Amino acid sequence: MKKQMKGKTLLVTILTIAVFAALSVGAEAVAGNVSGMSMLVPVLKKTAVYSLIAVSMNLLNGFTGLFSLGHAGFMLVGAYTYAILSIPVAKRAGVYQYYDGGIVQFSIPETFGNLLGESVGTVVGMLITLIIAGLIAAFLAWLIGLPVLRLKSDYLAIATLGFAEIIRTFIQYEGFAPLTNGSNTLRQYASFKSLYAYVIVAGLCIAVIVLIVNSTYGRAFKAIRDDEIAAEAMGINLAKHKMMSFIISSFFAGFGGGLMAMYMASVQAKSFTVSMTYEILLIVVIGGIGSITGSIIGTFLFVGCSEWWLRFLDDSANNIGGLNLLAPGFRMVVFSIFIMIIVLFFRRGIMGTHELPDVFRFLRNKIKGKGKGAAK
Amino acid sequence: MKKVFALLLTLAMALSLVACGSGNNGGDGDGSGDSGEKVVKIGVYEPSSGANGAGGKKEVLGIEYANSIAPTVEIGGEEYTVELVIVDNQSENDKGVSAAQQLVQEGVSIALGSYGSGVSMAAAPIFEEAGIPAIGCSCTNPGVTLGNPYYFRVCYLDPFQGSVLANLAVDEFQADVAYVFTELGDDYSVGLGEYFTQEFERLGGTVVADQNPAGNTDMSGFINAAKAANADVIFAPSSTTVASLLIDQAASAGIPLIAGDTWDDAVILQAATKSGAKVYFSTFYDEGASDEAAAFMNGFKGWLGENDDKMTNNGGTDTVSAVSALGYDAYMVALEAIKAAGSTDGDAIRDALTGVTYTGVTGDVVFDEEGDVDKNIIFIKGVDAEKGAFYSVKEQGLAE
Amino acid sequence: MELFQKILPTLLSGISAGGQYALIALGYTMVYGILRLINFAHGDIFTVAGFVMFYAITAMPLYLAIPFTILVTVLLGFTVERVAYKPLRSAPRMSVMISAIGVSYLLQNLMWYVTGGQAQQYPSIPWISGKVMVLGVETKVVTVITPFLTVILILLLVFLTKRTKVGLAMRAAAKDFETARLMGIKIDRVISATFVIGSFLAAVGSMLFFTNYSTVSPTVGMMPGLKAFVAAVFGGIGSIPGAVVGAFIIGICENIIRSLGWSTFSDAFTFALLIVVLCVKPTGLFGEKLEEKV
Repeated sequence: MKKQMKGKTLLVTILTIAVFAALSVGAEAVAGNVSGMSMLVPVLKKTAVYSLIAVSMNLLNGFTGLFSLGHAGFMLVGAYTYAILSIPVAKRAGVYQYYDGGIVQFSIPETFGNLLGESVGTVVGMLITLIIAGLIAAFLAWLIGLPVLRLKSDYLAIATLGFAEIIRTFIQYEGFAPLTNGSNTLRQYASFKSLYAYVIVAGLCIAVIVLIVNSTYGRAFKAIRDDEIAAEAMGINLAKHKMMSFIISSFFAGFGGGLMAMYMASVQAKSFTVSMTYEILLIVVIGGIGSITGSIIGTFLFVGCSEWWLRFLDDSANNIGGLNLLAPGFRMVVFSIFIMIIVLFFRRGIMGTHELPDVFRFLRNKIKGKGKGAAK
Repeated sequence: MKKVFALLLTLAMALSLVACGSGNNGGDGDGSGDSGEKVVKIGVYEPSSGANGAGGKKEVLGIEYANSIAPTVEIGGEEYTVELVIVDNQSENDKGVSAAQQLVQEGVSIALGSYGSGVSMAAAPIFEEAGIPAIGCSCTNPGVTLGNPYYFRVCYLDPFQGSVLANLAVDEFQADVAYVFTELGDDYSVGLGEYFTQEFERLGGTVVADQNPAGNTDMSGFINAAKAANADVIFAPSSTTVASLLIDQAASAGIPLIAGDTWDDAVILQAATKSGAKVYFSTFYDEGASDEAAAFMNGFKGWLGENDDKMTNNGGTDTVSAVSALGYDAYMVALEAIKAAGSTDGDAIRDALTGVTYTGVTGDVVFDEEGDVDKNIIFIKGVDAEKGAFYSVKEQGLAE
Repeated sequence: MELFQKILPTLLSGISAGGQYALIALGYTMVYGILRLINFAHGDIFTVAGFVMFYAITAMPLYLAIPFTILVTVLLGFTVERVAYKPLRSAPRMSVMISAIGVSYLLQNLMWYVTGGQAQQYPSIPWISGKVMVLGVETKVVTVITPFLTVILILLLVFLTKRTKVGLAMRAAAKDFETARLMGIKIDRVISATFVIGSFLAAVGSMLFFTNYSTVSPTVGMMPGLKAFVAAVFGGIGSIPGAVVGAFIIGICENIIRSLGWSTFSDAFTFALLIVVLCVKPTGLFGEKLEEKV
C-alpha cells in the first residue's frame, strides 16, 4: 500500500506540473490579449521562482523545525554562481567593465551550446549551471552548519542571519571583484524566456522536495520538529538529519537563487538582504508552516498582492471622499496589516500543515460519506 | 485520480478568475478603439517607492509636466493622444523586471527611465527583446546603453562625470590628496569613484579610498581617516541618505566635499545649510544656462504650485531638481522620435531616435552609436549655507 | 602623544557608538530575559522615536517635544506588546518571533508611507549638539555625554530590578515564567513594564543617536538594531551588565577596524564575533546557563 501511495504521489506531482505548464502557456496568451492582465505573466514567473525558494525554506523551518534566517545568503551564492558561470565570453568585457573582463573566461551554457547544438546545448548547460549553483550553496551550508547547527532556535536564527550578512560582504569585497564584479551588477547571462520553462524547472524541484518529505528522511525531519529529545530517543541521529535538512534546503535555495537571477536578468548583492529572508519567511507563514502546497499558494498571493492587485492603493488619483489616504506606500501598509492579521489570528496559515490533496480528499469523503474514504 | 485532476484544473481556473476580477491597475484605461481617439502609449519606468523613491518621483514629475505641455503628437498626419503608463520599479531589480514586463504587456511604444542605473540595466534586456526603445533620464552608468541598441539616454555618463569632477578637485581646490568615499554594493557609487580615481591619479594626485557598508550610520571613522590622510577634498558619490550623514559629520573637519549628480536634492541643501559644510556637486541642469532652461524652471514651478500632491511628490518644496529637467527632455525627445518615425512601432521609433536632434533644457540631444549624448560641459553647483540655497559655481569641462 | 592623538578620535567614536548600542541592547536583553523573544521590531521602534521627534519639534517647543517623543514611543512599545505578542503567549516561540518580524515589516512600511521615503534632518537639541574639545580633539558634546548617560540609566535600571517590587517580579518571571505566575505575579503587567522600560531606553537612545547621526530614514534603525542585538547576545542575553559590556566592545572594535581601512568588513566582523561567541560559549560572556527542559 505504501508503494502504491508513493507511485500515486509521483504521478499526481508530474501531472500537476504538466497541467501548470499547459496553463502557463495559456496564461501567456491571455496576458497578451486581455486588457488589465499585463501583470499576469511576470507575477506567475516570479511565483514559480519564489515558490521553489519558499518550499526550500519550509523544508528547513517548517518540516525540520530549524529556525534559520540565512536563506538570502544561500540565494545570493546561487544567483552569483549561476550568473558568473553563464555570461557569454564575448560579453564579459562589458559586464566586468572595471576588471578587464574578470578572471572567469568561459560560459557553461555557451560551451554546451557549441557541443550539443545551439538550442538544446544551451538549455542543458543552463540546467547544469543551476545545479552547480545549488551544489555550491549546499557546500557552504555544510561549512556553516558544522558549528551553527548545534545552536538552539533563536540563537540559530541570529547566527544564520549573521552568516548571510558575512557572505554578502565577501561577495561585495573589492578584492574578489575580478570574480564577483564587486559592487557592480552582473548581467547579460543566459536565461529562460518563457513562463512554462520556469514552471517546469521549479515544479520538478518542488516535486523532489515532496519526495524527500515523504521519505524516511522526511519523517525523521518531522520527528525532530515535533520533539527533538523524543526523536533522539527513537534513534534518530539529530546532527546528521539536521545537517541533511540544512544542506538540502540550501541546495534548493541556491538553485532557486539561480532561477531568480534568470528572472531578474541582472543580479546585485545588495538586494539579497535580511529583508528578503523576512519576505520569504512571511510567505511560508501565510501558506502554512509545514505545507508545501500552502507555500505555493502563499507565494502566489504574496507576489500578486505586493506587485499587482493592491497597486491601486498607491495611486492618489483613486482617492474618494475627504480622506486622502491613498498615496505611494499605502499599498505596503495595507499589505503588512494583512500579514499581521494572518500571523495573529490565522496562526496556522492558509493550509496549516495540510496539503491541497488532503483537503480534496477530505471534501470528497464528506460528500461520499465517511465509510468509503476511510477504506483507502 | 481523474477527480483530483479535475479539481486541480478548476482550482487553477478559479485562481485566474480571481486574478481577472481584481486585476487592472495603472494607466491601461480607455483602450484606443472604442472612442475613436488615437492613442500612443509611453511607458514610464521609475521608482516611486524603495530607496530611490524620492528621486524617482521627481523624475516622473518632469515627465508629467512635459506631458501637460505636449499632450498630443502628430503621426503620419493624424493627431495621437499620448498616454503615460506609469509603473513603479520599487528601486529593486526583481520588482523592476516585473514592472518592465508590465510595460511590454501594455504595448507601450517607448519607455522612459529609470532613476538609478541598476534597475535600468535590469530592464534593458526586456525592452530590447520586446523591440521597445527606452530613453534613460538620469542613469549615468555606461553599462545601461552599452551593447544594447534599444537603450538611449539624455544625460552624460559616469566616465565623463568622474573625470570632470577630478578636474574640478584639481582646478578649484588645488588638491593633491583626495579621499574617495563610496558605498559598498552600489554600482553607481563605486563606478563613479573608480572613474574619479583614474583621472585624479592621471592628473598626478593621490587617492585614499574606503567603502561604507550598507546601513552604517557612523561616518566619523571615515572623516578621521580622511583627516589622517591629509586629504584636500573628499569625493563622495553616494545616495542622499548617506550623504546627509556624511555632510553633517564632515563639517567639523573643514574638508570640502565633492559629489555626483545625486546630490542635487533638497536633503543635501538642508544638511549642508545646517552644518555649514562646503559642498560641491555636478548636475545636469542649471536654470541660468539657457532660455529654455529658465522657461522650464518657471513653467515647472507654476505647474507644481497647482496641486498639493505634486508638491508633496517633489519633496514638499518647489526646488527644481535636475532629474525633473531630464525627465522633461526625455519625454520631448521621445515625441520627436515618434513624429520622425511616423509610426507607433517600437523598431521604427528606435531607428528614428538615432537621427533626432533636439535642443533641451539640459543641453542639446544628439545620440551617438551607443545611444548616448555628447554633453561636454557639466554644471557645478554649491551650497550657500547663509542663504540656504544652491548656487551655480561654474561650468566645468575636461582639461586637455 | 602623537599616537594618542591619532587613536583618540577612533576611541571616542567607538565609545559613543557603544553607548548607543547599549541603550538599544538593553531593550532586547530585558525582553529576551522574560519572554525568550528576539524583539525584531525594537530597532524600528527606535527609528519611529526618531521620526516622532522630527515631527514633534515642528509643532511644539523642545521641552515639550522630548517628553512627548518618549511618551509616544513608550505607548508604541506597550501597544505592540499587547497587540502582537500577548495573543501569542501560549504559541510556539517561532510564531512570536515571526510576529515580531511582521511588526518590523509593518512599522517600516508605515514610516515609508508617512515620510514618502525622504530622509529627514533630525532637529538639533541644544546643549548636546554643540562642539567640545576633548584632549585636543574636537567632537560633539553628545559623544562625551552618551557613555555617562548610559551608565546612569543602567545604574537606575539595576536599582529598579534589584530593589523594587516590579524588578523583583521581572527577575522572578525571567527565572521561571510559569512558577512566577503561580506565585501570583501578574505576568502581563510585568511584561508590559518590560516593554515600557525597553521603549523608554530606545527613545532616549534615539535622541542621542540621531543627534550624533542626524539623518532619519525608515530603515536607519535596522543595522544599529541588529548590532545591538548582537551585543546583547555577546554579553549574555538576559544580563544587563553583559549587554552593556558587549555593546561597548562591539562599538570600539568596529571603529578600530574602520580606522585600519577595513570598513568593508566592519559589519561582517560583528557577526563573525557573534558566531564565534555562540559556538564557544553559547550563553555569552555573562549569561546564565539554561536548563534543557523535556
